[in-house]
Amino acid sequence: MLRYAARRVAAAVLVVFGVTLATFLLMHLEPGDPARAVLGLHATASAVATLRRQWGLNSSLPVQLGHFLSQLVQGNLGKSYIYNVSAASLIGGRVGQTAALVAVATVFAIIFTVPLSALAASRQNGVADHVVRALSVVGLALPAFWFGIVLIEVFAVRLHLLPVGGEGSGFGGHLECLVLPGLTASFAMAPILVRSLRVGMLEVMDAEFIAVARAKGLGELRVLFGHVARNALVPTVTLLGLNIAYLIGSTVIVEQVFNLNGLGSLLLSSILNRDFPVVQATTLVLGAGVVIVNLATDLLAARLDPRIRLR
Amino acid sequence: MTAIVGRYGAGPAPEGPGPDGAPVVAGKRPRSVLAYRARHSPTLIIGATITLGLVLVAVLAPLISPYVPDHQDLYNILSGFSSKHLLGTDELGRDELSRLIWAGRTDLRVGILAVIFPFCFGTAMGTLAGYRGGWLDTVVMRAVDVLIAFPFYVLVIGLIFVVGAGTTGIYVAFAVVDWVVYARAVRSTTLVVRESDYVAAARTGGLPDWRILWRHVLPNTITQAVVYLTNDVVLVIVAVVTLGYLGLGVQPPTPDWGAMISEGQEFLTTYWALATLPGIAVLITGLGLSLLGDGLADVLRPQ
Amino acid sequence: MNGPVLKAPVLEVPVLKVSGLTVSVGRGARRHVAVQDVGFEVPAGGSLGVVGESGSGKSLTLRALMGLLPPGVRAERGVVELAGEPLPFTGPRARSARRGRLAMVFQDPLSGLDPVHTVGAQVAEVPRRVLGQPAVASRRRAVELLRLVGLPDPERRSQAFPHQLSGGMRQRVLIAMALASEPKVLLCDEPTTALDVTVQAQVLELLDDVRRRLGVAVVFVSHDLAVVRQVCDRLAVMYTGRLVETGRSADVLDHPAHPYTLGLLEAVVDLDDVDHMPVTIPGALPDLAHVPSGCPFHPRCRFASEDCAQGVPPFRYLNDRQWGAGEGSDGEGTDEEGSDGEGTDEEVTDGARGTACKYPERVTAG
Repeated sequence: MLRYAARRVAAAVLVVFGVTLATFLLMHLEPGDPARAVLGLHATASAVATLRRQWGLNSSLPVQLGHFLSQLVQGNLGKSYIYNVSAASLIGGRVGQTAALVAVATVFAIIFTVPLSALAASRQNGVADHVVRALSVVGLALPAFWFGIVLIEVFAVRLHLLPVGGEGSGFGGHLECLVLPGLTASFAMAPILVRSLRVGMLEVMDAEFIAVARAKGLGELRVLFGHVARNALVPTVTLLGLNIAYLIGSTVIVEQVFNLNGLGSLLLSSILNRDFPVVQATTLVLGAGVVIVNLATDLLAARLDPRIRLR
Repeated sequence: MTAIVGRYGAGPAPEGPGPDGAPVVAGKRPRSVLAYRARHSPTLIIGATITLGLVLVAVLAPLISPYVPDHQDLYNILSGFSSKHLLGTDELGRDELSRLIWAGRTDLRVGILAVIFPFCFGTAMGTLAGYRGGWLDTVVMRAVDVLIAFPFYVLVIGLIFVVGAGTTGIYVAFAVVDWVVYARAVRSTTLVVRESDYVAAARTGGLPDWRILWRHVLPNTITQAVVYLTNDVVLVIVAVVTLGYLGLGVQPPTPDWGAMISEGQEFLTTYWALATLPGIAVLITGLGLSLLGDGLADVLRPQ
Repeated sequence: MNGPVLKAPVLEVPVLKVSGLTVSVGRGARRHVAVQDVGFEVPAGGSLGVVGESGSGKSLTLRALMGLLPPGVRAERGVVELAGEPLPFTGPRARSARRGRLAMVFQDPLSGLDPVHTVGAQVAEVPRRVLGQPAVASRRRAVELLRLVGLPDPERRSQAFPHQLSGGMRQRVLIAMALASEPKVLLCDEPTTALDVTVQAQVLELLDDVRRRLGVAVVFVSHDLAVVRQVCDRLAVMYTGRLVETGRSADVLDHPAHPYTLGLLEAVVDLDDVDHMPVTIPGALPDLAHVPSGCPFHPRCRFASEDCAQGVPPFRYLNDRQWGAGEGSDGEGTDEEGSDGEGTDEEVTDGARGTACKYPERVTAG
C-alpha cells in the first residue's frame, strides 16, 4: 500500500509540474503585450520598455520559466500586473470561497446520489428505477449555468427564500449564499454519479459472493452494507474524484452566475485582463487542487479495494 | 503451419456460434443481431427520433423558420406568445422561435464539428498507446493526465483566449482538450482486446500490426468510442452554449442559445421566456442525444 | 406414490429428506418446470451424488434446498426435512431454519469470495454474525477452520485477500466457510469444476475426509461421472429436471438401468480402454418449455419403441432379480419372490435402485 501511495504521489507531482508548464506556455502564446495593456494606448514606448524589463518579459522563454520556478520554490507565486499585490494574497482571499462551494456541492451530490442509486438498484426495472434513470439523463443535458439562473429566479426572486447572490455575512449568511450555487454545481455531477453507483450496485448484487454471503446465513442488512455497498463504493469513489475535478473547473461558471468572489471568477477576470502572474498562479492552485483531490480518491479507492494495489 | 497462417491471412476468421446463438466473426457482430436489438430498444428509438427531429429542424431552418433571425419588429418588443410571433419576441423585436431554430442550427453544427477531431485523434492515440505500449504509451498517458488535471473550463477559456473568441477558438480548444477521454477509454479496451486469443493468434500467425489493428482490434474498441461520442456531443454542446453565455463562444450576430440566455437574463422579470426557452432547447437536444447514446450502448454491448 | 425418492437404507435415519420437489421458472405463459418431483434421502454422514448435464435442474435443486432461488423461480411443491424438521422455501424462517444445519459450497471460488475482505474475515463472519460469538473467538475459529481444510500456514493466510490465493486454496476457503456453521448437511454445487485435475483430487479427498471426521452428510452435484464415483456412495441421475435413475454408485455406473446414464458413460473418454471412442448422445437437450411427450429422453434413445412416446413412464424401484439375463446381481438380492416391482424392504435396503425407463433390460442387454 505504501509503495502504491508513493508512486501515486510522485506521479501527482509530475502532473502539477506539467500543468504549470502548460499554463506558462499558454500565457506566452497569447497575443498582446501585457505591459502596454496596463499602461494604456497612449503610453510612451520607453515606459512600455521599462515595464517590460521590470517584469522580465524581454528574456527568452526558458529563462522566464526558470525564474518563475525558482520563485515558486521559494513560495512566491508572483505579483499581479494589475493590482500590484502578490498573487498569493489575491488567491488567499478567495480560496476559502471556492473551497466552501466545492465542499457544499460535493455534500449535496452525495446526499442525492446515494439514496437514489440504492433505490433504483433495489427495484431494478421498476418505476423508481426508470424515473431515476430518466432524471439522470435529463441532468446530464442540463447546462449548469442555466439551471442556476432558473434556481435564482424561482427561489430567490419569486419566492424570496434564498439570497440572489453575493457572499452574505456571518457563518449562517455564508451558508445560505452557498445553497443555490452548491445545488447548481452538484447537479452537474449527480447524474453521472447516480448512473455509475446504480450500475455498480447492480453488478455487485448479481455477484456470486453475495449468494454465498446469504448462504452463510448472514442477515440481509449485513449483506447489503458489509458486502454490496462496500464493493459498489470503489468505482464510485474514483468517479467522485474525477467529478470533483470537473467541479473545481466549473466553479468558473457558477461563480459568474451567482456573483461569488472565488478563484474561478478571479481566473476569468485575470485572463481577460492579461494579468499573467495571477493567471499562472491561479491555474497552478486550481490544478494542484484537482491533482490532490484525485490523489486522495485514488488512495482511498486503493484502501477499499486490495486488487488496485497491484497495478 | 501454412493452414493456420492462411486462415487468418486470407479471409475472415473461423466462425462459430457466439454466446447468444448468433455467429461471431473476428469479434464483430453481424448486422442481423444489431438490427434486432435496435428495433427492440425503446431508448434507442426515442433518442434517435428526437435527434433526427432536431437535425431536420436545424438543416431545414431556412425553410421552416417564420422569420429571419435578425429581423427586428420594433413595434412588438418583448411581446408574449401571439399568433404573429408564436414564442414572442426579444428586446429588439426579433422573433424568438426563429432565433431558437437558427441558434439550434449553429450550436448543433459547431458541437458536432468540434467533436470530430477529438474522436478521431483520441481513438487513434488510445489504440496505439494501448496496443504498442512502451514509451508511446507513457508519453500519451502523461499528456492525458496533465490535460485531465486542468479543470476543463479553465483550459478551454484559456485556449479560446489565445486563439480568439468565436467558432475557431471553440474548435481549437476542444481539439486540444477533448481527445483525452477517448484516448483513455479506448486504451483500456485495447489493453483487454490485445490479450484476447484471436489477437494472439493473429500475431503469431505473422499478421502485420496495422492489419491486426484494423481488422481485429479496432472493430471492438470503436464501439466504446462511439458510445462515448454520443455522450461527449452532449457535453460539447452544453459547453458551447456555456461559452456563448460567457461571451466567448459563437459571436453575434450569429444566434446562439448561450448568448440568448445571457441577453434574456436581464428580462427575467418582464419576459422570462427569453432566458428559459433556449435552456429548454438545450435540454431537449441533450436528452435526445443521451438517449441515443444509451440506446447505442445497449445495442452494441459485447454479449 | 408421490414421485421418485432415492431412499436411505432402512436402518439408517436420513438426516435430509426431500420428496416431490418441483421448481418452476417464469410466470404465466412463459412458465416451465425446471425440476419435477425430485426426492431423495441422505443418511447422516452419507454421500449422495446428483449427476446430469447443465440444464438438468441439478443446481436449481440445490438452491431450492438452500432456500436461495433467484427471483422468478419458485418452488411449487415439495417437502424438505432436515433431521425431521421441515424447511420452508421462502419467508423469514427460510434462513433461520437452515442456519447451523445446512450449508453450501459454491462452484466458482473466485467469484464466490468477496474481493474486498480478507479470507479470514469472511470465514470469521459466520461464527461472529451467524453464531453470535465475540470477535476474537471468531477469528481464532476461522484460523482453526482454515487449518482443518488443509490450508498451509493458516494464520498468515487468513490475512490474505482472495485474489492472492490459488484456485485450490480458494475452494478450501469456501469449504471452510460452509463448515463454519457446523452444518449437518453440506451441499456442493460442482465444487471442483473450476479447478484443474490435480487440485480436484485434493479437494475431493478433503470433502471425503471432512465427511468422515465430522459426520457431515454431503450432497454432491456434478456433471463429471468420474468425480462422483470417487466421492459418493449413492447416485441420482437427472435429465430435464426429473430423476431418471437412482441407486448405489457402483450399481448405477457399472450396470446402468436407463439409456441416458448409458449415454453419459459412453460419452466419457476412458483411459483404461483406449480403443473405446467416446460416443455422443445424438440430438440435443430439449428446451425445458417444450419437453417431449412421454419419456422425455425417447427422441434421443436408441432403445426407444413407439410406446415410449405415450405417457410418462412411472419411476420404478427395481430388485436385481427383475432384470433377467442373470446380470448385475449384486449379491444383496434375496430369495424372495418380490417381483411385483416395488420389492420388499430388504431389496430396497440396497439403495433404492430405481429407474424411470420402461425397458431397463434393453439397456443392460445393449
